[in-house]
Amino acid sequence: MKSFTVSRAYGAFMRTARSQLRHPQSAVGTLLVVFFLILALFGPQLAPYPNPNDQSHSLRAAPTLDIGGLRLGEHPFGTDRLGRDVYSRVILGAGSIFRIAGLGTLISVVLGSALGLFMGYQGGWVDEIIGRVIDALLAIPALLLALVLIGIIRNLDFAAGSWQAALADNVILLVISLLYIPIVARVARSTTLDIKTREFVEAAEIRGESQFYIIFREILPSVIPSLVVEASLRFSYAIFLVASLGFLGFGARPPSPDWGLMVNENRGGFYQLTPWALEFPALAIAILVIAVNLMSDGIRRAVQKGS
Amino acid sequence: MIHFLRRRFLFFFFTYLVSSLTIFFLLRILPGDPARVIAGGREATDDQVAQIRDELGLNASLPQQYLTWAVDFIRGEWGDTIAFRGADNRDLIMERSVNSARLAAVALLMSVPLSLALGVIAGLFENRLPDVLISLLTLSVVSLPEFVTGLFLINIVALRWGRSELAQSLGWWFLASSAAPANASFAEMLPALWLPAFAATLVMLAYISRLTRAGVIEELKRDYVRTAALKGIAWRAVIWRHVLRNALLPTITVIAISISWLVSGLVVIEYVFGFPGLGSLLIAAIERRDLLLVQGIVMVTVTVILFANLLADVAYALLNPRVELA
Amino acid sequence: MATVTQRNLLDVDKLTISYRVEDQWIQAVRDFQLQLGRGHIIGLVGESGSGKSTVALALMRYLSRNGRVEKGSRLVFDGEDLLSKPNAEMRRLWAKRIKFVPQNAAAALNPSIKIGRQVTETLKAADGIDGHEAYERMIRMFHDVNLVDPERVAERYPHELSGGMQQRVTIAMALISNPELLILDEPTTGLDVTTEAVILDLVRRLIAERDTSVVYITHNLGVVAQLCERALVLYAGEIMEEASVLDLFQQPRHPYSLGLISSVPKPGQSKRAAPLQSIAGNPPSLTRIPSGCVFANRCPLVLDLCRERKPPLETLEDGRLVRCHRWSEMEAGMQPVSPILRPPSPSLWRASPEREKGRNALLDTTGEKERKKPLPLHGVAQAQTRRGGVWGGGNDNTLMRATDLSKHFPVERKVSEILGRLDPAPIRAVDGVDLRLRAGQTLGLVGESGSGKTTLARLIIGLEERSGGTLELLGMDVRNSVRDRSQDVLSKLQMVFQNPQNSLNPYLSVRQAIRRPLIKLRGFAPAEADAEALALLERVNLRAEYAERYPDELSGGEKQRVAIARAFASDPDLIICDEPVSALDVSVQSAVLNLLAELQDEHGSAYLFISHNLSVVGYLADAIAVMYLGQLFEVGEARELFQSPYHPYTEALVSAIPVPDPLHATERILLSDDLPSAQNLPSGCRFHTRCPRKIGEICETDKPPWRQGDAGHLIRCHIPLDELTNAQSGLVLTDETD
Repeated sequence: MKSFTVSRAYGAFMRTARSQLRHPQSAVGTLLVVFFLILALFGPQLAPYPNPNDQSHSLRAAPTLDIGGLRLGEHPFGTDRLGRDVYSRVILGAGSIFRIAGLGTLISVVLGSALGLFMGYQGGWVDEIIGRVIDALLAIPALLLALVLIGIIRNLDFAAGSWQAALADNVILLVISLLYIPIVARVARSTTLDIKTREFVEAAEIRGESQFYIIFREILPSVIPSLVVEASLRFSYAIFLVASLGFLGFGARPPSPDWGLMVNENRGGFYQLTPWALEFPALAIAILVIAVNLMSDGIRRAVQKGS
Repeated sequence: MIHFLRRRFLFFFFTYLVSSLTIFFLLRILPGDPARVIAGGREATDDQVAQIRDELGLNASLPQQYLTWAVDFIRGEWGDTIAFRGADNRDLIMERSVNSARLAAVALLMSVPLSLALGVIAGLFENRLPDVLISLLTLSVVSLPEFVTGLFLINIVALRWGRSELAQSLGWWFLASSAAPANASFAEMLPALWLPAFAATLVMLAYISRLTRAGVIEELKRDYVRTAALKGIAWRAVIWRHVLRNALLPTITVIAISISWLVSGLVVIEYVFGFPGLGSLLIAAIERRDLLLVQGIVMVTVTVILFANLLADVAYALLNPRVELA
Repeated sequence: MATVTQRNLLDVDKLTISYRVEDQWIQAVRDFQLQLGRGHIIGLVGESGSGKSTVALALMRYLSRNGRVEKGSRLVFDGEDLLSKPNAEMRRLWAKRIKFVPQNAAAALNPSIKIGRQVTETLKAADGIDGHEAYERMIRMFHDVNLVDPERVAERYPHELSGGMQQRVTIAMALISNPELLILDEPTTGLDVTTEAVILDLVRRLIAERDTSVVYITHNLGVVAQLCERALVLYAGEIMEEASVLDLFQQPRHPYSLGLISSVPKPGQSKRAAPLQSIAGNPPSLTRIPSGCVFANRCPLVLDLCRERKPPLETLEDGRLVRCHRWSEMEAGMQPVSPILRPPSPSLWRASPEREKGRNALLDTTGEKERKKPLPLHGVAQAQTRRGGVWGGGNDNTLMRATDLSKHFPVERKVSEILGRLDPAPIRAVDGVDLRLRAGQTLGLVGESGSGKTTLARLIIGLEERSGGTLELLGMDVRNSVRDRSQDVLSKLQMVFQNPQNSLNPYLSVRQAIRRPLIKLRGFAPAEADAEALALLERVNLRAEYAERYPDELSGGEKQRVAIARAFASDPDLIICDEPVSALDVSVQSAVLNLLAELQDEHGSAYLFISHNLSVVGYLADAIAVMYLGQLFEVGEARELFQSPYHPYTEALVSAIPVPDPLHATERILLSDDLPSAQNLPSGCRFHTRCPRKIGEICETDKPPWRQGDAGHLIRCHIPLDELTNAQSGLVLTDETD
């Protein structure tokens, strides 16, 4: 039984892969996401200077990257005004954005779909009340809610030391999960409502299956495709949000190598001095966001065609 | 119709209640002690904290506090600001709201027609060159975070081109948003608006045009399109008279939803451009721990969004014969 | 057909149409040909996937973006080659001379434009007239298609009209420009049989008045028999046979035509006489079209030659066309075809002696139900009138009894009602139904859509909670909702659903689907359950290898077999079959009906068989109940259904059946197609608003009484039964002689 499930999953994967190949832009997006994922996983090994706050270099050195000559040079992306290697910091920055956006997406998709499945299958007043509350919560723009939440939670903690930054990271993770749970729940709910009326679910009901069995064994598999699409979409929004929060100063604290933060730190008057210290992290954000969008577009297309 | 409106209004008030409760309790419960937060955190003395508790009426029970706050909010008594000494919250928020509303209006005027046009073209040419190009555009450049595009615009357009003699001689000024005179008229402000508005436009462009494209593609597949074509009328007439009428109807709702996006986007854009709007005020208020001001700003924002949604729902129902108004 | 003297209006030859699916071009229609003279009407018959709708649109030279007409095809309309015409000229033809009536009128009308504008737009394109003149012409046309109150219809949006009215509008839209060629693509599919009769009548009259040539596409042989002069049988994209309707139905020359004609149950045909004939197997996939005859793998007359070489489309001396290597043998009266056309494995059909006994034992109420033995267990439906108490014998053998069963769906209150403290009238989907079912019998439930038959089924199975009444199964009180029912009741009640597409979970294999009820309801160990699942598969004539397949790898008929196996897994006493064959093609449908009859013989399970198709119900049922607007109006033995006296409603239903026999002609009783709302039911007799035999005021004021006929036949009508019999003597469809 397992092997059949696996072979079907493999089939679905291959369909997705084939469809991605038919649309080269999706394949490029996926490859780029994989590339950034490698940076995120092995950043400290790949970065020439694994300490993000290593200020031992010359100040404001211009980038040595020579694309035509295929040469990186000593400081491919230059150094910033504090003498830190921008190249290393960009590589090291991939980790936190992936961790927060990825984990936040995962948590919100798991909890949100459980909630949505339950609401959709249960129906009645439970669904009505939770559904209305979710609608009401979604009326508050995500970024506003995130800013308010982070602003408050941060002010709670005054303990000194390096774990402040760690907590700040987790605040964002928490906020992303909280923000996206209702959105995912709504998607899972509406798909569940559709699947629920299918006759195979009624067939399970008339043999007296438990609610748990019906939700997870009968309904869930048919909901997964739309959850996959939603997850990829959430992931791209999460990256967007993490970067924006970092930029607004509500993300990681200095001196962490957060891309949004790096952009913010080097704008204004500093931009004239070290434009590269802003441009490279901004470019990294841009490429990652575009890549994730292209990938998720490909996933959506593949899943919709398959269903 | 009455029935439909009643349901819509009930939902409107319910949503309003839930979101105001959310905001209120987030700000009252989560921090533990808002008075200490306002007083400056750990450094504040217990006396200072006690005094602020007293001033804010934080000694009352929570439901009572909510009621007091809600009644005050409805009466327009939004308290004094802490972040900006001496100013009244309401005056401050209203002044900034007007600025933000102008920015939003320009952004909507730019993005809605453009994104509808792009969406329709992409939909009509599904999977052919124009669609692929528009898709790539909306998936990539246009869906970048606002601060990336905003900074790009400032650096390229304003700093490089804006300082050229040509631009100077035309009288345009850039980046001077923060220097816009207080109580400037819309016309006076316009030169300062278009660049941030354009940055705000981009994100909405992606959202609205993609949904419009999907709508057009869906409608094109419907049987009535074939019926219309087989009447022997020109394809152009089939599109204009039959397809677009149905495809563009849902975009009313889409535009209302995208206003929520616009609000998020404006927070970042105002910050990037130093524009004196509600968004930059919010960030300042949060940084300076002015809870009453934060509450006021969020409530005003939610009010605007809910009204936009309500209006869109009513407009959609009025325009769509399929919605049962009985 | 070859001997046409004047120029044909439509001349099609070697038409081949391909579609691109993924990266592959698939030839959906191959080598199609058709000649149609002015004023003639030809039927195009085929099952799903036969390419008939593709042909319909190709005749209009309207193909979707991924379709193309292959080189060498010829499509000539009135001497003009359509394939080389520029679009602008095609538009002129579409506007005036060639018109298309689509299948789904609701989807074919623009939902956001008023009917009037959609119709006058046609006139503007056709004749360049608009304004008052166009409006007048539209109103006249609306009168012609019997639309009541045309001025108001013109002001409506499509969704405000009933399905029948929508279809009249599309027909009006097509005929308003007086076209020379009309192509109708299944215009009555999805409509009730009563509405279908009205539309067919309309089409017949309108084309006779206008001398329009018609290509009528349908899957329904009855419609072809009743409407067309000639018919063309399509299978897997190729023409199998073309002949006059009379020739085709009386002497088919192609085994497929014969199989198709004999697998449709005729009104009055019953399982008690003989099993239906059916065609084994499935049509070939269009991605792998066999090099020989496309029908070879299902043909009972197949030779090696058939698999090797594709038979040519031959023109016979009487102008018929046939594509078969063995047509001459068919012509020579090789009618042994019939037994060969039975299901391939003879052991599967072990019926005859018992079946005959079963027929005789029909009224025998003594037979105790014995499980797992092929025993005659047909009983008689019994209705219990609310006033009259139990009728027709004792309680013995009663499997299920429903008393005063009701389902009222509440309606959301409006402001005025909240202010006035009034509860709005609920929708009375089922309203006081008394029903008794005997063990081992099949009770057929018929009625138009909206009659409440599906809701009744859902009340019994427990998917819908009843608003009132009681339900007993084998003397046990059955709880309202399926969630409150005991394991015992659950295992005794099962259901086969309408849509095979949705009745199996796409993510569970066939084996997983069947073993679950075995484990859950019969307490089998997993290993036992696997073995039993295979045994069940064999019983529904599926090979063991199907166990590991997933629903998307099965055809519609195979899915329905799996669903039947799943329903039988818990060894139920009563299986509710809600339109189990209506989504299937005719050639597959008959095999499923046979299977149901056969399994009933083996298991002794009772069926509540719901269908809108009276012939199908008449074939399978022992007793029949007729439902209208939430109530039963006639209950009786199955054979009574096709004999007078009928309830006037039943009479209308029966007369509306398009009988697949060109020689059969009945006076149709046409009902208006506006069914009253179940929220605002007519007073007195609920049928009085549409009843052609309404006798007077009493029908509007008093509820009709149940009247008792022979052998427990019950009719709820104000007219005495003998008067009904006299009035209805003309309509007798019983056909148990063959």
